[in-house]
Amino acid sequence: MMYDVAVIGSGPGGYVAAIRCAQLGLKTICVEKDPALGGTCLNVGCIPSKALLHSTELYDKLRHEAAANGVISGSLSFDIVKIMERKGQIVKGFNEGITWLFKKNKIDSLTGLAALTSPTSFTVGGKEITAKQIILATGSEPITLPFLPIDEKRIVTSTGALSLPSVPKRMLVIGAGIIGVELGSVYSRLGSQVVFVEFLDRICPTLDGSIARAFQEILQKQGLTFHLSTKVTSASGTTLTVEHEGASRTLEADVVLVSIGRRPYTKGLGLEKVGIKPTDRGFIPINGRFQTSVPTIYAIGDVVDGPMLAHKASEEGIAVAEIIAGQNPSIEYMAIPSVVYTDPEVAAVGLTEEEAKKMGLDIKVGTFPFKANSRAKCTGEDKGMVKIIADSATDRLLGMHILGAKASELIAEGCVAIQKKATVLDIAHTPHAHPTLSEAVKEAALDVHKRAIHK
Amino acid sequence: MKIDIKVPSAGESVSEATVSRIIKASGSTVKTDEEILELETDKVNQVVYAPGAGKLTLNVKVDDVVAVGSVIGSVDTEAKGEAAPAPAPVPKKEAASPPPPPAPTAEKSARKMPSDFVAEMKAPAPPTPAPAAEPTPKAGERKRMSKLRKTIAERLVAVKNTTAMLTTFNEVDMSNIMAIRAREQENFVKRYGIKLGFMSFFVKACAAALKEFPAVNSMIDGDEILTFSTYDIGVAVSTDRGLLVPVLRGCDKKSFGDVEKDIAAFAQKARSGSISIDDLQGGSFTITNGGVFGSLLSTPILNPPQAAILGMHNIVKRAVVENDQIVIRPMMYLALSYDHRLIDGRESVLFLVHLKRNLEDPTRLLLDL
Repeated sequence: MMYDVAVIGSGPGGYVAAIRCAQLGLKTICVEKDPALGGTCLNVGCIPSKALLHSTELYDKLRHEAAANGVISGSLSFDIVKIMERKGQIVKGFNEGITWLFKKNKIDSLTGLAALTSPTSFTVGGKEITAKQIILATGSEPITLPFLPIDEKRIVTSTGALSLPSVPKRMLVIGAGIIGVELGSVYSRLGSQVVFVEFLDRICPTLDGSIARAFQEILQKQGLTFHLSTKVTSASGTTLTVEHEGASRTLEADVVLVSIGRRPYTKGLGLEKVGIKPTDRGFIPINGRFQTSVPTIYAIGDVVDGPMLAHKASEEGIAVAEIIAGQNPSIEYMAIPSVVYTDPEVAAVGLTEEEAKKMGLDIKVGTFPFKANSRAKCTGEDKGMVKIIADSATDRLLGMHILGAKASELIAEGCVAIQKKATVLDIAHTPHAHPTLSEAVKEAALDVHKRAIHK
Repeated sequence: MKIDIKVPSAGESVSEATVSRIIKASGSTVKTDEEILELETDKVNQVVYAPGAGKLTLNVKVDDVVAVGSVIGSVDTEAKGEAAPAPAPVPKKEAASPPPPPAPTAEKSARKMPSDFVAEMKAPAPPTPAPAAEPTPKAGERKRMSKLRKTIAERLVAVKNTTAMLTTFNEVDMSNIMAIRAREQENFVKRYGIKLGFMSFFVKACAAALKEFPAVNSMIDGDEILTFSTYDIGVAVSTDRGLLVPVLRGCDKKSFGDVEKDIAAFAQKARSGSISIDDLQGGSFTITNGGVFGSLLSTPILNPPQAAILGMHNIVKRAVVENDQIVIRPMMYLALSYDHRLIDGRESVLFLVHLKRNLEDPTRLLLDL
């Protein structure tokens, strides 16, 4: 049978594309190499890490803040097995949720590795599937180092770090990016000594510079150690030799987490068979309508350029489905937020101050510290700040950067503002409930015009 | 010694010009061949250069109308000018005009990148829609009509008044042309250093159809009908001063690559203001493409003394019936406006049908069918 659309990959790009295709009346199949649906995000990414971050944050908060809040607990301890079980239950619930959604939308699903055979067909374990249009949503995989063979037990990627059977005494994290600091935080809260080795001279390179510096200070106070401008030159088991400004030293650990980034995953997909040539870095080139060099084959998510984020993949999944159905969607990439789920959280949307200056834009910056926010004071979550970047000439919001509690939720206001091309005064003039953390956003907007009330 | 500055001739039919811009103020020192002022005629803009070095005297000001050949100032080669009073900063000529209209694409990108966001923000704000019904109309900005605009206005009304203009329509399935462009784009760019656009297909197909229907390649001259022996097709180019129509000559003998290169060169010249009158004169037929701005269907107006003009439009995916099946095809409406005094309905319709066939199956062009 000929499908209208076949989606390869069931991550947040692929499964969302499949559902939107089905909603638009297209006969759709989704192929997944793993037995569980949901891709990296659901199985070994966003979801399990947030489950672990929540459990450990709860423990951490009770340990450090209960007494000050007048809450008296007996002796406090944790059970890592239980924590992992809870995480597993959450993931499983979502796996079943996608299966249910596929059934509800009458989407066929198939387990196995897809290999393209023509612009409109591929095989899955010897079975041939034909479809008028094919969407590649095969995602990405962790980048590894040649001298650090991953066993996912002692030398792990994010995948292994999400399922450690016990809390390591010492953990070395190579790469102080978003994934590294999140997972480092998990084990630090449970008592690990967590040490980062970062090649660059700063942590989380996609974040705004001043936000990243303030963030690093907070993490250091929590006990995380950062070796910046430091390169791992060799390894023997879990003992690393690192080099900083020409001087070598060794660092020992019980578990080494390699979190130096991710690369597109297209192994066994047979791109060469249909004449699609990936870029040097392995990305699949597409045009403005997500079409690869083969017009019937589209690609979305981590296998194409742009930030490797689940919600970016989902937006692209929806857009590509609508394009195939003859509609004219568009995605405002500037309005795609990114979040670090540490405590406090960091969230950002739009341009950083550095990016805006690099683009030659004349900008105005406003900031507001949570220390001066009444709700943050009440909850004891007064670390961090809101930083807003505006275009001087038009007052358009160019970037919003939040370091602080619930930044992941607060950032949505910035996303809407950028999507709707709002000005900073639009935000400043919008009523915000009192007392809430969101007032800090309003105050930062006022501060762009030197009108902040509580600063 | 004083050397007079005269208004240069700007082509046979031009008798006067308007001073549109003073580049060097009266009293300043100029070097030989330095730009002094800019004149605007009803065809093109022209810069007047210093005939010698010395102190400049100008006896005209901006917006003065001057006759060709008249003296508008002088350069005194013996007197020394004041230390060149800097003229008010003037915007660079049309080189700094808005970017060219987007290449004709059927579909817009779904991926709006941060660079697009910033570019859109920096672009001048689009005209705000008229405010809702005010009790009395209020006068907004008032400015002089440019020479070019005035000429355009007069000519358009003249066409309406003096010809028997009618428009006939047809539609073209663009699938094959789009497939050829997709397939051969890389080879074409490698060979000619320019992209294979839609226009070369239309120019070549029009040249073929004009050969088949000579009446369309004709004009009325008094009591006589003059049929052209060459196929010189004007292609309308939009500039911020109005529409200009440079002429591609001998289109029947040009390759697709030649056509694309000539159009690009003309567009560049038109926008930089360096187009000459010769480039604009003597076409026998015109193509205008409202599709680049999104026009679905329109009735183009004749470019006198020509007898016909073809209007291209945007390419839209439409449901069409093919072999009793409803299929999706990229379709374009074609409009041929013609002077019915000279061209019969039958000829105009068959001209468009001929065009349609060749565009839907460009191999026919190769075989001269």
